[in-house]
Amino acid sequence: MPTIQSSGTEEVHPDLLLVNQAREGDVQAFEKLVRQYDRQVFRIAQHITQNREDAEDVVQDAFLKAYEKLDQFQGNSKFYTWLVRITVNEALMRLRKRRTGKMVSIDEDVETEEGSMPRDLADWSPDPEALYGQSEMAEILRKTIQGLPAGFRVVFVLRDVEGLSTEETAETLGLSVPAVKSRLLRARLQLRERLSRYFRDRSKEGAK
Amino acid sequence: MTCSEFLAQLDDLLDNEVAAPLRADLEEHLRGCEHCVVTLNTTRKTIEIYRTHEIYELPNELRERLETAILAKCRKC
Repeated sequence: MPTIQSSGTEEVHPDLLLVNQAREGDVQAFEKLVRQYDRQVFRIAQHITQNREDAEDVVQDAFLKAYEKLDQFQGNSKFYTWLVRITVNEALMRLRKRRTGKMVSIDEDVETEEGSMPRDLADWSPDPEALYGQSEMAEILRKTIQGLPAGFRVVFVLRDVEGLSTEETAETLGLSVPAVKSRLLRARLQLRERLSRYFRDRSKEGAK
Repeated sequence: MTCSEFLAQLDDLLDNEVAAPLRADLEEHLRGCEHCVVTLNTTRKTIEIYRTHEIYELPNELRERLETAILAKCRKC
């Protein structure tokens, strides 16, 4: 992350300067923050809601909420992680609205029959990225991750796709660090297992 | 070391958070266990593929529309 050296020895994150300007009513400063992070916010919203319209609404609501609450932003955490927390909450709210009556929770531990023991143990050869075009691969990745329980999906996305630390992911989701770690392991292994089925079938087809 | 014990350390291994003595034990296990080698490599590849492929792209047109809507609302705050 780029930082700007302040007059003292501490480093001030450029986001913090923009946040301070936006707090004083500089909408253009906030616009820079929107442009900086809207792709990530949209991606997280899509992963959680699995619905395009909901994701669009979440992007708007999350940024608006962030703008309204800028005064509550504590400079001791990163603006991005703070924004992600707002996004996750907004996205879960949308998901609950759409699925009224159905339980949607990321708080409880998710137990699935799909165990953590790898079963598909063929190596991926040739490299799957050589087998598929960009859009075909994106489709496979979407289908595969959609099948994960929401509680696993969100941990994988924040940790492995968006690059939050384990601690930041735990704080964002209101989970303990061991809970994040346990879900991350199972999410990674389940995705691996599911992708393995795709890639193995395809390489068999290619061999025919 | 059993495969289950190896798997329990898989995340830390992938995230490069394993201390030297334990790392040596894990590497020792890998030398004798092809299954765990495959699991390690393909899990690493899984993460890499998800990290490098944009599966929910925000199209420019939609992006412009959302930004305009957000900033218009902010100005009214």
